[in-house]
Amino acid sequence: MMLGTTPGGGLLAFALALPVLAMLLAFVAGGRQAGRIALAALLAGLVLSLAVATGVLRGGEALVLTLGGWAPPLGVALRADGISAVMLLTTSVVMVGTALFAFTSYSGDRGESRASLVFWTLLLGLWGAMNAVLLGNDLFNLYVALELLTFAAMPLVCLDGRAETLAAALRYLFFALLGSLLYLLGVALLYGAYGTLDIVLLSRLTRADAPTLVAAALMTAGLLAKTALFPLHLWLPGAHAGAPAAASAVLSALVVKAPFFLVLRLWFDVMPELATGLAPQILAGLGALAILFGSALALRQARLKLLVAYSTVAQIGYLFLMFPLAGAAGATLAGAWTGGMLQAVSHALAKAAMFLGAGLIAEALGHDRLRDLGGAARLLPMTVVAFGLGGLSLMGLPPSGGFVAKWLLLNAAIETQQWWWGLVLLSGGLLTGGYVFRVLSASMAGPAAAAVAVVSPGRQAVVLVLAILSVVLGLLPLASFGLVQIGRLAP
Amino acid sequence: MSGAWLLDGVLLLAVPAIALASLLSRRILPALAAFVAYGLLLALVWMRLGAPDVALTEAAVGGGVTGVLLIGAAARLRMPEAEAPPGWPLRLLTALLSLGITAGLAVAVLALPEPAPSLAPQAAAQLAATQLGNPVAGVLLAFRAIDTLLEAVVLVIAVIGIWGMAPDGAWGGRPGPEQLRLAEGPVVLLAMLLPPIGIVFGIYLAWVGADAPGGAFQGGSILAAMWILAWLAGLVRPPRIDSLALRLLVVAGPALFMLVGLAGFVVADGFMAYPAAWTKPVILLVEAALTLSIAVALCLLVAGWPMRRARA
Amino acid sequence: MSTASAYGLLGAVLVGLGLYGVVLQAEPLRRILAFNLLGGGIFLLFGVMARRGAGAGFSGDPVPQAIVITGIVVAFAATALAVHLLLRLQVARDVPAPPEEPRA
Repeated sequence: MMLGTTPGGGLLAFALALPVLAMLLAFVAGGRQAGRIALAALLAGLVLSLAVATGVLRGGEALVLTLGGWAPPLGVALRADGISAVMLLTTSVVMVGTALFAFTSYSGDRGESRASLVFWTLLLGLWGAMNAVLLGNDLFNLYVALELLTFAAMPLVCLDGRAETLAAALRYLFFALLGSLLYLLGVALLYGAYGTLDIVLLSRLTRADAPTLVAAALMTAGLLAKTALFPLHLWLPGAHAGAPAAASAVLSALVVKAPFFLVLRLWFDVMPELATGLAPQILAGLGALAILFGSALALRQARLKLLVAYSTVAQIGYLFLMFPLAGAAGATLAGAWTGGMLQAVSHALAKAAMFLGAGLIAEALGHDRLRDLGGAARLLPMTVVAFGLGGLSLMGLPPSGGFVAKWLLLNAAIETQQWWWGLVLLSGGLLTGGYVFRVLSASMAGPAAAAVAVVSPGRQAVVLVLAILSVVLGLLPLASFGLVQIGRLAP
Repeated sequence: MSGAWLLDGVLLLAVPAIALASLLSRRILPALAAFVAYGLLLALVWMRLGAPDVALTEAAVGGGVTGVLLIGAAARLRMPEAEAPPGWPLRLLTALLSLGITAGLAVAVLALPEPAPSLAPQAAAQLAATQLGNPVAGVLLAFRAIDTLLEAVVLVIAVIGIWGMAPDGAWGGRPGPEQLRLAEGPVVLLAMLLPPIGIVFGIYLAWVGADAPGGAFQGGSILAAMWILAWLAGLVRPPRIDSLALRLLVVAGPALFMLVGLAGFVVADGFMAYPAAWTKPVILLVEAALTLSIAVALCLLVAGWPMRRARA
Repeated sequence: MSTASAYGLLGAVLVGLGLYGVVLQAEPLRRILAFNLLGGGIFLLFGVMARRGAGAGFSGDPVPQAIVITGIVVAFAATALAVHLLLRLQVARDVPAPPEEPRA
């Protein structure tokens, strides 16, 4: 494992520079330019993340860029391993979809408006922060990236300026700040114990002594609060359901994945010895509770956007089933690891489609009450189909990406004789089926509803494409997921 | 020696006492006063820990500007915005949890390895290559320049986020309350006399930061403090948020830093590397732009969101 | 016990106090204040790590010192966001809700 810059490592600089410079430019140019700059930069970013993924796949090892030529531990490096590359690509796809969806709503054609400038600059800020989290290889640099993410996400929650969403944003901010401070506390201890914050270097140094264990506990707790794992999920439904649909899509699909991604880094890269024993069982236990409670609460919601938000609470839970399963030895490990990452990606695509779809339905009907959703399917057939396809992935039905993800996890549960996690997977799927069916049956009932606003077919198509991607993911041959195994620090 | 021990002893008792006072004070203004004192005492602690750069930052930002922000907010908030006070089981649980974390941290701190791992030798060895005399500046502008860059971006995002809280009709107006005269009488006199001195001192701090304690953040926050003082006295008002000049000032620092970083691909050894012959002048240029943008951003972060559309 | 360790224990105490306040303070402005007390304690722990690493002619390891400077500015940005959001919330609760904007 080298710490010097690898061939192709230079690409990683642009993954930070592109969003940051685009954001600064959009802020200065303002008006109708902001949206155009954002869309152009995001399209370029899609090409860039494809290039990074190709680079990782071709080289068969992580891309590394040491910044300023100062090698860690004194300097800071960026590093893209397989999971970074996959999440980078997912981020780009969801961001481009969201930008296309929102392009006309926040056009700024009638002069610069508050919502248009804030939406586009912060969308770019979120993108930059996501990339910084995915590429960061230094625990303090990652702290700054996490804060960047929170500060860009929070104002999007209350973009409509109603008291209700402002209160949700404040609650979100408090949870997120507490989470990042607990994380930072752990960073201080790790620096004191090892004199470096570089993840690759730490992976060779960590031992199970008091400072390390206390740091791990604090950092994990902080990250769980930020990723909204049960029972620290209380901030999520209000924040994600209250935001404008385009913002909800990004928040639910991507932003909550960033702290989860850092839990993976922490447990599997920084301190691999942690990923055995009781601790991963506890994490997965919380995940199981999230699946059951989140799905049950989703079933009981009266409003579509809240239902989708509670579904995020549940789907986050699935991600944590990785910990006891991917910690086992051999091929099972690889399978559970792939399954977990596939769950992260397919949920991102499906959830983006579902939130955007819910937004279109609310726009067309003027409300999102489930009780009065009748006729929505005749009004917006493409959107309701997209919602259903996304639901397929969340339920884990073939041939979707969610199916392969959950099947791999189920397989690992059976092979490692941890059948109880398999039981959770299956009952979670049933509950998910329940709430997705509720939406579909409500929207298919009755004749075409009266529309209060016309929704362009183009925006419906964006939603459908995202949903189709989440399904098509399941049709790819399993071998193509080898990418997520590249560059792992602990086999 | 005994003097130092005495100072340590006093600080070790006074800091938690004042923190407790700030938490428990029944009224908000004494709590905030205690918080400002907490910041100043911490600045002393930083001097005792051999970190004058941090002491300056803590006094200027952690105590000073944060204090002004909180006191200004307290003046505008109707206080009993409170939720119902939590019941005793939650209080007990939280107390036990906090105590547990304090105990865990104490155990961890006492169990840290000896000799302590440190990057001081490496920083010392590489400092010459940065052509800077102050090792902290070396870390901020060379070794860990990416943190500093991202942090400058954090300030821009925070400004956008706060502007984004404006009521819709107020977009384009001037940040902050329209009629602001929190300070009167002698403070106005102070606000007229202090800024020239403060501005010189702020620029001085940013300038010497390359070789002595100081730097972009400290200098920027002193500059900001001067403007805020004048603003509180009603002597200056912020420009409209749609002013191009204002927006350029806000982004100048991070934009220049990022562009210099990219230029490193062409004129130096890669991203965020400085050209060997020009290291110090380039760093000073970046730092000057950062100081300016930080100062402007801090002012805007204190001023807040526009409350009404500016009359042309 | 060394001076650095003593200040390390001080940091641990401040973190505990700050956390207690963050969870239990009912007034949002006081909660924001408690966040700043907590942050002060965390930064102090970095300072202790820096002091323990003094050497090579430096009175402390410059890396954690620089980290604290960055951290203090980030913490200020967080405080500003929270404070202005709180002020905005007060205004929104005073004014009757505007007609719902078109959702996007």
